[in-house]
Amino acid sequence: MRARGARLFRWLWRIAIAGVLLWLRRGKEPLPERDLPASPRAEKAVAALLFGSGLAGAGFALIYAFDEANTQLLGVAAAAALGLLALALIVASQSVVPQEVVTEERPRFADPEADRQAELDTASRTVRESVDGITRRRLLGAAGGAAALGLGAAAAAPLASLGPRVGDTLRESPWRDGTPLVDENSRAVLADDLTVGGFLTAFAAGSDKDDLASSLVVVRVRPEELELPPDRADWAPEGLLAFSKICTHAQCAINLFRYPLFAERSPGPALVCPCHYSTFDVLKGGERVFGPAVRPLPQLPLKIEGGRLLAAGPLSGAVGASWGGVREES
Amino acid sequence: MIRRGVRFLDQRTGAGSILSKALRYAFPDHWTFLFGEIALYSFLILIATGIYLTLFFEPSTSQVVYHGAYAPLRGHEMSRAYESALDLSFNVRAGLLMRQVHHWAALTFVAAIVVHLMRIFFTGAFRKPRDLNYYVGLTMLTLAVLEGYAGYSLLDDLLSGMGLAIGNGVALSIPFIGGQVGTLIWGGRFPGTEAFMSRLFIAHVLLLPIAIGSLIAVHLAMVATPHHTQFRGRGRKESNVVGTPLWPAYALRSLGLFFAVAAVLFALGGLVQINPIWQWGPYETYLGTNGAQPDWYLGWLIGALRLMPHFDVVIGGYTVIPNPFWGGILFPLVVFGFLYAWPAIERRLEGDSAQHNLLDRPRDNPRRTAIGVALFAWVSTIFFAGSADRAFVQLGVPYEGQLWGYRAASFLIPVAAYFLTRRVCERLRESEAHPGSGSGAQVLARNRKGGFDQLETRGAPGVIKSDRGS
Repeated sequence: MRARGARLFRWLWRIAIAGVLLWLRRGKEPLPERDLPASPRAEKAVAALLFGSGLAGAGFALIYAFDEANTQLLGVAAAAALGLLALALIVASQSVVPQEVVTEERPRFADPEADRQAELDTASRTVRESVDGITRRRLLGAAGGAAALGLGAAAAAPLASLGPRVGDTLRESPWRDGTPLVDENSRAVLADDLTVGGFLTAFAAGSDKDDLASSLVVVRVRPEELELPPDRADWAPEGLLAFSKICTHAQCAINLFRYPLFAERSPGPALVCPCHYSTFDVLKGGERVFGPAVRPLPQLPLKIEGGRLLAAGPLSGAVGASWGGVREES
Repeated sequence: MIRRGVRFLDQRTGAGSILSKALRYAFPDHWTFLFGEIALYSFLILIATGIYLTLFFEPSTSQVVYHGAYAPLRGHEMSRAYESALDLSFNVRAGLLMRQVHHWAALTFVAAIVVHLMRIFFTGAFRKPRDLNYYVGLTMLTLAVLEGYAGYSLLDDLLSGMGLAIGNGVALSIPFIGGQVGTLIWGGRFPGTEAFMSRLFIAHVLLLPIAIGSLIAVHLAMVATPHHTQFRGRGRKESNVVGTPLWPAYALRSLGLFFAVAAVLFALGGLVQINPIWQWGPYETYLGTNGAQPDWYLGWLIGALRLMPHFDVVIGGYTVIPNPFWGGILFPLVVFGFLYAWPAIERRLEGDSAQHNLLDRPRDNPRRTAIGVALFAWVSTIFFAGSADRAFVQLGVPYEGQLWGYRAASFLIPVAAYFLTRRVCERLRESEAHPGSGSGAQVLARNRKGGFDQLETRGAPGVIKSDRGS
């Protein structure tokens, strides 16, 4: 019974497929060697499509000239012109020009056949014989190698002009003891600018704001929440903390500050990078808690003088992505 | 008239015999052969629209204050590059159309190459004598991805800047020389000097297009020399090609396909918004946006960067291999390395170094198909991991949980895909249940001794091969 069911199913399957194939090739005889399908109807259809394409193309030009070049109309007109031309060509290729199937002999290469073998032998002999009569081959070979090396070095050397020696370029930072924090409009950042849970972007006064080491995120938490390492105990006056704004994973700007509204059940305050979601615990001085970043976010020690925020020293670590010259405590 | 034209050419170039052969070049008919052509035609559209764009775009980082047509950005400081891209979109007639067609064409170009690569892989078209050409194709795919990245990084909008920041981070992560590579390419520390923009621009509009264009020429020449592959069928042999001649039917059809591709791209460019740079705003190193997603062909890399656990190789206190290396460099190296190595691996595995002009159906070589599907499943899983943040926003699935799910899936799914595919292929091969291959029945005839002789086995390569791999 099961076998009969399977057979029935197989037959139904075949009939369905044959139906689809017939429907696709409906009205077509199996191709002879050469068939001339051109008919007045097909030719007229192609002509109509070509005229339509030309009209749509002219329409594109008109829309461009008069209708303030509406992007959507232009797109539709261009698509219509190109699409009708495509249809015309495809219909012509199937129903106007001669239909034929050709069988071509393939060129053969590299089969172990005698004639190929002979050619291969000739080729390799030509190469081999090119050194006939030369006695100091190793000397010449070594000299050739030396020339190649020297010229290669000469060709590669100018590449060094592209950029400076890495040296300290990736370590430079505008932050010193006493550098004032300013906002995007170069106004001094005040301690009162932030309430608990607040977040702002600051820069080193007088620096290029695009300098990776300049930008900071400044956040404010309740001072009693802080769990900073002992050597950073005085880095966060009034619960104000400053960190480099550039993620230590792949240098995106950190623009998310997660501050729990219901501290009992939420994870603690953290800075989050929007690119790969590296997450840094602000209470613990920028320690990584989630995501692919490995190094902590560099922290800037702060001090408040006359209500203004100033740096109390340099950043605690290298800004930006890690590279071979960056130290990491493991 | 026509004869005179041909003679004119022949007497000056000697092209007569080549021409007469070329016009009769046979193209086997199969729908899967279209993908390569779609890639080629997308490239032509890219060149045409790209030339138009260069007439207006200025790759300059000099800072200007915007006073243009788009009101929300008026008064903002931005680079001239971004401003000229905005002007191109709002003030140049048909400028936005061309920009969007260019972007859609780029997405289509890479997609068509990837599907074409899958066709080549699963049908065994990469085997000798076409293995060299397969390497050429893979190289073009690499260049196409780089070219796309360079292209959307030029505009200096927020999205492109974030992409470059990540790119710089990945460059810095190259072991030992990363720091120097980064400062060489960018002319210093990220975001780099004015010269970096020129370098990116010339790479995008000259160096990479010329490289891709030259490789396309090599690719097509190396397709034509041994002629096209073909599937098995009546009258089709290793030594011949059966198909539609280039002139006139195939030429018309292929030109038709070119215009159809162009029509679809122009319809998309006109009707479907892509990369609305005015919404992202200008880039500064200290700005970021949530939900930033790259063009699709970089999705697998962002997925890998996100999935990788936090882990550096630290030697003597220095981060010798920083984390972005794993997802941004090692992962694509493994994927492409495997694809480059596959023809040689398969020759070893199968002990088969013969010439192949007839294609396999995917089932004919269950192991190859299963490995291909597993690789594809692996890369796709990691690709989807790149959109986990969007799934979190849209569907509320916790990001952290998704990440662990994807980490597990990136191991389990490829393995499951391998065994499932292999089983399906083997079953299909045993039953020969393909609708197109006829009944697959064996014709027997009774002989004088009362036994049976097999007269014919129709088009069933799996049966011939069934002593292997099962």
